[in-house]
Amino acid sequence: MADVMNIQGHVRLGSNAGQSMTRRDGVLKVTGRATYAADNRPEGVLHAVTATAGIARGRVTHLDVAAAEAHPGVVKVYTPANRPDLAVSPDEKIHGFAWRTEALQDDTVRYAGQPIALVVAETLEAATEGARLLAPRYDADTPRIGLDGGVPFQPETVSIGASPTLEAGDMDAARAGAARHLETVIETAAQYHNALEPHAITARWTGDRLEIDTPNQAIGLAKQSFAAYLGIDPAQILIRSPFLGGGFGSKAILFGGQLLAILAAKDLDRPVKLALRREQMYGPVGHRPATRQTLKLDIDPQGHISALDHHTIAVTSSFDDFIESASNASHSVYATKAMRTTHGAVRADTGTPGPMRAPGEAPGSAALEVAIDDAAYAMGFDPLEFRLRNYAETDPATGMQFSSKALRECYAQAAEAFAWKDRPLEPGSMKQGRLLKGWGMGTAQFPCPMFQAAAHATLRADGSAVVETSAADMGQGAWTSLAQIAADGLGIDIDRLEFRSGQSSLPDAGVAGGSGHTATAGTALFNAGADTIRQLAELALNDPASPLFGADNAGVTARGGRLYRNDDDTRSEAYEDILARAGLDLLRGDGKGAREGEPERAMFSHGGVFAEVLVDPDLGQVRVSRLIGAFAAGRIVNPHLARSQLLGGMIWGIGFALQEEAIHDVRTGRFTNADLAGYHIPVNADVPMIEALTVHEDDPFVNSLGIKGVGELGVTGTVGAIGNAVWHATGIRPKRFPIHPESLI
Amino acid sequence: MTQILKLTINGTSQDIPIDDPRATLLDVLRERIGLTGTKKGCDRGQCGACTVLIDGRRINSCLALALSYDGAEITTVEGLAQGDLLHPVQAAFIEADGFQCGYCTPGQIMSAVALIAEGEAGLDPERVREGMSGNLCRCAAYAGITEAVLKATRAMNREDAA
Repeated sequence: MADVMNIQGHVRLGSNAGQSMTRRDGVLKVTGRATYAADNRPEGVLHAVTATAGIARGRVTHLDVAAAEAHPGVVKVYTPANRPDLAVSPDEKIHGFAWRTEALQDDTVRYAGQPIALVVAETLEAATEGARLLAPRYDADTPRIGLDGGVPFQPETVSIGASPTLEAGDMDAARAGAARHLETVIETAAQYHNALEPHAITARWTGDRLEIDTPNQAIGLAKQSFAAYLGIDPAQILIRSPFLGGGFGSKAILFGGQLLAILAAKDLDRPVKLALRREQMYGPVGHRPATRQTLKLDIDPQGHISALDHHTIAVTSSFDDFIESASNASHSVYATKAMRTTHGAVRADTGTPGPMRAPGEAPGSAALEVAIDDAAYAMGFDPLEFRLRNYAETDPATGMQFSSKALRECYAQAAEAFAWKDRPLEPGSMKQGRLLKGWGMGTAQFPCPMFQAAAHATLRADGSAVVETSAADMGQGAWTSLAQIAADGLGIDIDRLEFRSGQSSLPDAGVAGGSGHTATAGTALFNAGADTIRQLAELALNDPASPLFGADNAGVTARGGRLYRNDDDTRSEAYEDILARAGLDLLRGDGKGAREGEPERAMFSHGGVFAEVLVDPDLGQVRVSRLIGAFAAGRIVNPHLARSQLLGGMIWGIGFALQEEAIHDVRTGRFTNADLAGYHIPVNADVPMIEALTVHEDDPFVNSLGIKGVGELGVTGTVGAIGNAVWHATGIRPKRFPIHPESLI
Repeated sequence: MTQILKLTINGTSQDIPIDDPRATLLDVLRERIGLTGTKKGCDRGQCGACTVLIDGRRINSCLALALSYDGAEITTVEGLAQGDLLHPVQAAFIEADGFQCGYCTPGQIMSAVALIAEGEAGLDPERVREGMSGNLCRCAAYAGITEAVLKATRAMNREDAA
């Protein structure tokens, strides 16, 4: 693997990174001064509200535009008849990470809740009422809903451009020698990201310059996309996205409402603000689709997996392809002689799915972990012992070595903390009062992708510095952890660092997604700092007046705002003195973060998750009473924030296992629960004693900083652990997530 | 017809012209007088992001018609700190990492301030979790939130004792 950090020796990692700092944006967030997109109130701002379709398939035949425009305060109603032109149809896929979207291109309705008009008014109240007054009429077709109501097809790709099929080893031979053939079928429900901040945009034109405040996980790419749709130069667009009120994948995607607000602002020559209503987030901004997964495991007489076959059928929309790559979650977790993973898909009348925290991995892991648990019991093994027996020493999908894998240590530490060793093998063995008690476990695993990022670092005459990159902080703590890495790259204390981020005029930091943002943007920032220090060292080493004069090029180390000679720690010089003697006010370096070349090792974060549940035998109600995970994810930049990320992921696992489910009325194709009262996410009282431990792991291969990712890891493993604990309590294997109480009585 | 709504917000009494009786207290705070610290997450009383205190009691301001609160005393997240000195609940949320994206945080904090004042939960984590369960956090910072409320309760008990 090529090493993107080609400058070694000057800078020291670890002075700031590795410390448990509290969030640098903490004061802004606890005082209400952190500004989210909808908090902007430019002078003269108009409020926009979208009217949405009440059918799932068909055409809009009438909108009472006159009634809406007659309402006091309504300025203009946009429909397909008068929507200003776009340079590119929103039905074009403008790049590989673009979704087809609805921006009033025609009168077609392709899912319930699709935008069918935009009402712009002087006040939010008038716009809301105007949208209601449109009273749409439709020519409705019968909706196609769900795994069994849609149109099956064979997808050419899954996720973003991935192959739907993988075969490794000789399946027939591997299956022939097996002692047991086990089959598990699991369904998972459609889930919606439901970031607490509804998607919003405030758009303002000044001449031909466009300013946009909108939460976005990849603002460099978003700028290019907006420019393409509008037919303008990206340089004319400034996107500000300093804070995202949660993203989870749904804010990596542009949606038609953003384009409409921008067009209306231009047309009306006034700023326009649009915020989706909660129920409007169940369609145009992605979701995790329903899946049905079939896992076939063949186990040899010694309890080793000889063949693994994982097939997923996932729902996608009628007009675009995002196929949940759940089978791929089985590629690299357990050793097997042979494997086959395949995908099918079903077109239905819903919004197009997209990446949602641990896409593919979360539902795939849920099914895999249930199947593994079933196999362990069938072969008479403790679930942990069975997993250790099938521990993958190399990646079974590719045969490659792992870049690092401290999964054994994760299992051991979490099992110890959980007191797993006392677990009886038989289900239904434990009680707490009248409640059934069960213990289950799962393996957490998530890949370590890197994307593309760039950064600048500028050292100032006083020895302080500013770094710049368009990173997105959606809660993972980028403002803090990236600043820690940047400060180490520059060899200064973090208090002397100004961190500029969150707007599109800065170097592109790539996407905050795939659990790769800290590694990617962090590498760019570190390299920018190192590039600056390299130049600074050259100044000093070539200056006879410097105490560093004569040290060779790799002969100094930066720390605490000084360069030190490696061969003589008593000889050092402050940055400001080197700059002053060189007559420089500023010294600027650039850095990039990316993985170069094809990976030569398999790269994953790992973990072991252990769950205890209590099940009411009469009501079927399940409560998670203990949840303990231990995770190995390379260098942990900020343990305080990494713990929060891991806990958050684990709690998403609780929601996945027991609560989250968007329910369609199959006759109308409309949701019955498109709100936070009907679509249940975990609340505080759902979260028991919970702990995330981190296990030390040095990874010299994953990237030059040794950073993996923690944002999505906690979701994997946890769902299966809870499902397996429910089985251990009740003897009933879940056939579906979320587990319904009625399935347990 | 414009009506004048008298509110005391964070200790300052204000006359607010309201030109639309449909305006919720949340939208008046955010869109008319620019106190955008209070957030809109669902606009129907299901998430708690818009929690403010009215005469010391926590309410979902998205479900409150502004004009029905004429004369009320309102505390929002902007009214807790005294200059640079954070309220103990705010400080505890930072210390315990009781938030990630920060969007639900103003509501969580207002709810926590009232919960502590209500004195029902005390230092019992189970009761804190229950008492904070009207405030959703999609980042799921619940462990930190519970810890923050307990920390702040202890800090405020010490202040009272001093």
